Amino acid sequence: MNIQFRESQEAASPLTTKTAIADCDIHPARATRTELYPYLAKRWQHHLEVYGVHAYQGMMEGPPYPKAQPNASRRDAYPPEGGPQGSSLSFMQQQLLDPNNVQLGVLNPLNTGQGIRNHELSAALCSAINDWQIDKWTSKDKRLKASIVVGNEDGLSAAAEIRERAGDKNFVQVLLLSRNVEPLGQRRYWPIYQAAEEAGLPVGVHAFGFGGNPITPSGWPSYYIEEMVGHSQCQQSALASLVLEGVFERFPKLKMVMIEAGFGWAPSLAWRLDKTWQRLRSEVPHVKRPPSEYIREQVWWTTQPMEDPERREDLFDVIKWIGWDRLLFATDYPHWDYDEPSRVLPAGVSEANREAFYLGNAKKLYGIS
Amino acid sequence: MARHVIAPVDEMPPGTRKFLEIDGRPIAVFNIKGEYFGLMNRCPHQGAALCEGPLIGLAQSKDPGEIEYTKLGEIIRCPWHGWEFDIRTGQSYCDPRRFRVKAYPAHVEPGASVVKGPYVAETIPVKVESDYVVVEL
Repeated sequence: MNIQFRESQEAASPLTTKTAIADCDIHPARATRTELYPYLAKRWQHHLEVYGVHAYQGMMEGPPYPKAQPNASRRDAYPPEGGPQGSSLSFMQQQLLDPNNVQLGVLNPLNTGQGIRNHELSAALCSAINDWQIDKWTSKDKRLKASIVVGNEDGLSAAAEIRERAGDKNFVQVLLLSRNVEPLGQRRYWPIYQAAEEAGLPVGVHAFGFGGNPITPSGWPSYYIEEMVGHSQCQQSALASLVLEGVFERFPKLKMVMIEAGFGWAPSLAWRLDKTWQRLRSEVPHVKRPPSEYIREQVWWTTQPMEDPERREDLFDVIKWIGWDRLLFATDYPHWDYDEPSRVLPAGVSEANREAFYLGNAKKLYGIS
Repeated sequence: MARHVIAPVDEMPPGTRKFLEIDGRPIAVFNIKGEYFGLMNRCPHQGAALCEGPLIGLAQSKDPGEIEYTKLGEIIRCPWHGWEFDIRTGQSYCDPRRFRVKAYPAHVEPGASVVKGPYVAETIPVKVESDYVVVEL
């Protein structure tokens, strides 16, 4: 007597009836150390072989905190042909894009040329990453769109890179990281915002980066879990800086996307800023409106991580303040804190809000028809 | 409750695990130092193939600075979010009140009793002189 019997790896059905979604935070990786060389001038290839790269963070061999899983990635995300997680387009299609009916996937490469002390090398590596994103990913799968990676610490070369890519439909946003040498509202970064605004591209601020400062405002912590929650503290100070230095006032069409730092903290930060601004307004007269107004008009938020309170009503209260039209769904594939699309949103959300959350907001923000 | 013959004992030495689907349910069976355990291969948190994760021990602490590491090789850690479950019971260590993964009793039966039934042999030819790993669900 036989019954149905098969290996679990084959159990996932390729057929899907799932609703189409956007995934606004996907991390493509390089399969080999030298994969960028075809996009780099010989001068920089030799430089890398002889000198390597030097970040602002001292004493650094690899990331400052060990990650929870190898390469901070899902253990089932190693491509069958070898290489690190996230380095194979065909496996990404098979594991993420096809089964989840991803209609738009936004690529945010990490460990690029950002935050490198040698600004010329930084600019060259960022440009190479952008060419590589087109060659290896977006030209091969039209669902995927790239973020323009820029040498963030040199605003002028970053702006030049944005202007060169402007109008290229392979790109849908400019990518910055949250930990920089200075808070993100500072003037050295303004050319980036100016170029992004001109190009009509949102600026995404993804957690991480090596700006040389401790991960938390109170110093270097002991544990990776502290780094994980430190992303939200870092994003808060970046956002406060953007508002208070007048970036949103000066660039009123600029759109910012806060990526991978949660959003539950947004209302309380805005409330504190508003209250303090009423009392200290004369210190920053260029901030002409209550800070919360800029935040609600010019900031979007990706999920993953999404706060997961015991009472779902608490989550809905926060989202109501932010706006159901401001959230962008993200899985963070292939990283270990990946969110499964079908399991992430609690019950009790209207059909219109679900559609906006999973797809509509992203298509609108990134100009995808 | 049906009993399913899933492999001859020689095919599942200590340290191995076997993935299969029975009645549409993804199941994994482990041999840990000669003992057999069956678990539903789906994490109750977000649905990952739980049993593809590493087997680790259980780190516990009575006081800061004191760490006790026990149950070596008996805790399965989800390949996605690292949630930990006891493979003997399916008990969650992150939120035991709300999450448990379904555990299925697994053990070894001699071929003679397997042939007699009431067992469902999978595609395995069953011989009386062998021993078999059997899971109940």
